Amino acid sequence: MTLGLFLTQVLNGLQLGILLFLLAAGLTLVFGIMNFVNLAHGSLYMMGAYFAAAAFGYTGSFLLAGAFAIPATMLLGIIVERVALTHLYQRDHLDQVLATFGLILFFNELVRIIWGPASVYMNAPAVLTGTVDLFGLRYPAYRFAIIGVGLAVALGLYLLIHRTRVGMLIRAGATHPEIVSALGVNVRGLNTLVFGLGAALAGLAGLMAGPIVSVQSGMGEPILILTLVVIVTGGIGSIRGAFYGALIVGLVDTIGRAFLPLLLREVMERSVAQAAGPAIASMLIYLVMAVVLAIRPQGLFPVKHG
Amino acid sequence: MSAGTSTSLTAARWGAGEIFAVVLLAGLALVPVISAAIGQPFYVTLFTRIVIYALAALGLNLILGYGAMVSFGHALYLGIGAYAVGILSFHGIDNGWAHLGAALGVGAVVAVVIGFVCLRTSGMAFIMITLAFAQMFYFFAVGLRQYGGDDGLTIAGRSDFGLFTLASNNALYYFAFVLLLLCLFVFRRLVNARFGMVLRGCRSNERRMAAMGFPTLRYKLTAYVISALVCVVAGVLLANLAKFASPSTMAWQTSGELIVMIVLGGMGTLIGPVAGAAALLLLEEVLAGWTQHWMIILGPLIVLIVLVAKKGLFGYVVEWDARRRARHGASS
Repeated sequence: MTLGLFLTQVLNGLQLGILLFLLAAGLTLVFGIMNFVNLAHGSLYMMGAYFAAAAFGYTGSFLLAGAFAIPATMLLGIIVERVALTHLYQRDHLDQVLATFGLILFFNELVRIIWGPASVYMNAPAVLTGTVDLFGLRYPAYRFAIIGVGLAVALGLYLLIHRTRVGMLIRAGATHPEIVSALGVNVRGLNTLVFGLGAALAGLAGLMAGPIVSVQSGMGEPILILTLVVIVTGGIGSIRGAFYGALIVGLVDTIGRAFLPLLLREVMERSVAQAAGPAIASMLIYLVMAVVLAIRPQGLFPVKHG
Repeated sequence: MSAGTSTSLTAARWGAGEIFAVVLLAGLALVPVISAAIGQPFYVTLFTRIVIYALAALGLNLILGYGAMVSFGHALYLGIGAYAVGILSFHGIDNGWAHLGAALGVGAVVAVVIGFVCLRTSGMAFIMITLAFAQMFYFFAVGLRQYGGDDGLTIAGRSDFGLFTLASNNALYYFAFVLLLLCLFVFRRLVNARFGMVLRGCRSNERRMAAMGFPTLRYKLTAYVISALVCVVAGVLLANLAKFASPSTMAWQTSGELIVMIVLGGMGTLIGPVAGAAALLLLEEVLAGWTQHWMIILGPLIVLIVLVAKKGLFGYVVEWDARRRARHGASS
């Protein structure tokens, strides 16, 4: 095991974590301010990827694909919010989970009807197809771009939430919705804005993931479940928690899958390690989550009230 | 006059809810006879699936309906039951008691550990964590390359219980049906006993129950484990029906469908989940007959059910009966 290999895996983990952050940020914002759980968030990510792939197929330009996919996903999210979800804010979590479960079935079947059951592919922009030489370590430029975009979004979100008036309203709405509403703020509009923002981030995640995963029906669920692990580990409703949680989950998952089977081979018989390694590696992040919950049920970075 | 009193007496003892339950169960009891009479043995298989899912939904409803613990991961326990049969059969053990014993043993250990961690949280976090744990075992099963990994595990023969085997479809059907009746009977006692009262008390106000001195975590954990074990038994039956155990048994969609069944039939009632399982699986069958893209109809239908029809089938029967009686009482 060389240092270079290890660093490559760390970067891979970072890149997965950043992708997870884009989704977790939207989900946790919606949860924080509306107390609403949107399982269909993974479907928005999938739709974003399909929109991007379709636009890429027509134009051949990654930038145009992004310019189409992100607003389209945002619009789709707002429509879904207005038509179905806005009736669910006052209902209990069971209703929200069930209704968004129905939406997932709908969207998965919809893309199968429109784009067929086979995967759709799209390429990274030509500028970013090469590799970057980082102190002798060659790493795909596109994956660097994902990390860069994610960090930029994280910074932007931080500034938005902590330095602007809208961000102040979002923070206030998360802790004291009645008072914010009594002060004359249009909470309905604020909800739609936050939901649209979350959808746009999901669309961005779909766009960025498009060239490195296969775009297919049902691609949203595995990543949605990872996202749930992220926000439970980080603390539900907290952007900071989403950021650190995403990095922890991304790194643990990637490094675990890469090195745990090798590690097990040192302490176990080769055949046992061969069989158990991948199985245990895929359970690792859930074990991390279980340990976090056992020690701190509210997550690592819970929202501070008051 | 005397006729009037006697009907009102029977009506008092037999509300529409009870009649609904008896008719539903009697109908289920007659399924093999009817399907033999009309020469459609396929229906026995379909209804075996319905009875098995009804059993699983009944188990989940103990915590979801009576305890307000929304587990989005009970497919995990179906999977444990299915894999217990699959793995033991793979090693040449086809004794049904061994299958059941192994499934229940492993299921109990897993349920105690997972339940203990999950019950540290409540509400939204509980939903997400149960989902995540089910997914963890899903990936564990995918990782079990020796036992088929992603493709699953074909089971050579059905469980052999010594006194009887499940080899024939009718035997499997009645075995599942008897287990369903048994579970209904036990749960009826359970939810009306002190245990069920405490559980329902926790549903409305857990803090008050704790203040009254009930060790609420212990009650909730016990309910969680019982509900998990019922699902484990359903998983054993499911593996026998399909002669197949695969990770897809514990896919998260299955957990979702179990919840849909409960809500569709009537949450927090005994017969509701049975009615819901029958309704959902028959609906899927009909829709699948129409179009291969039946999920495009089912998805919005679920949204609609949640938005407008929250009481469930059984809830509406009871409500209709209450309205009818109120009208009847006012007119006489």
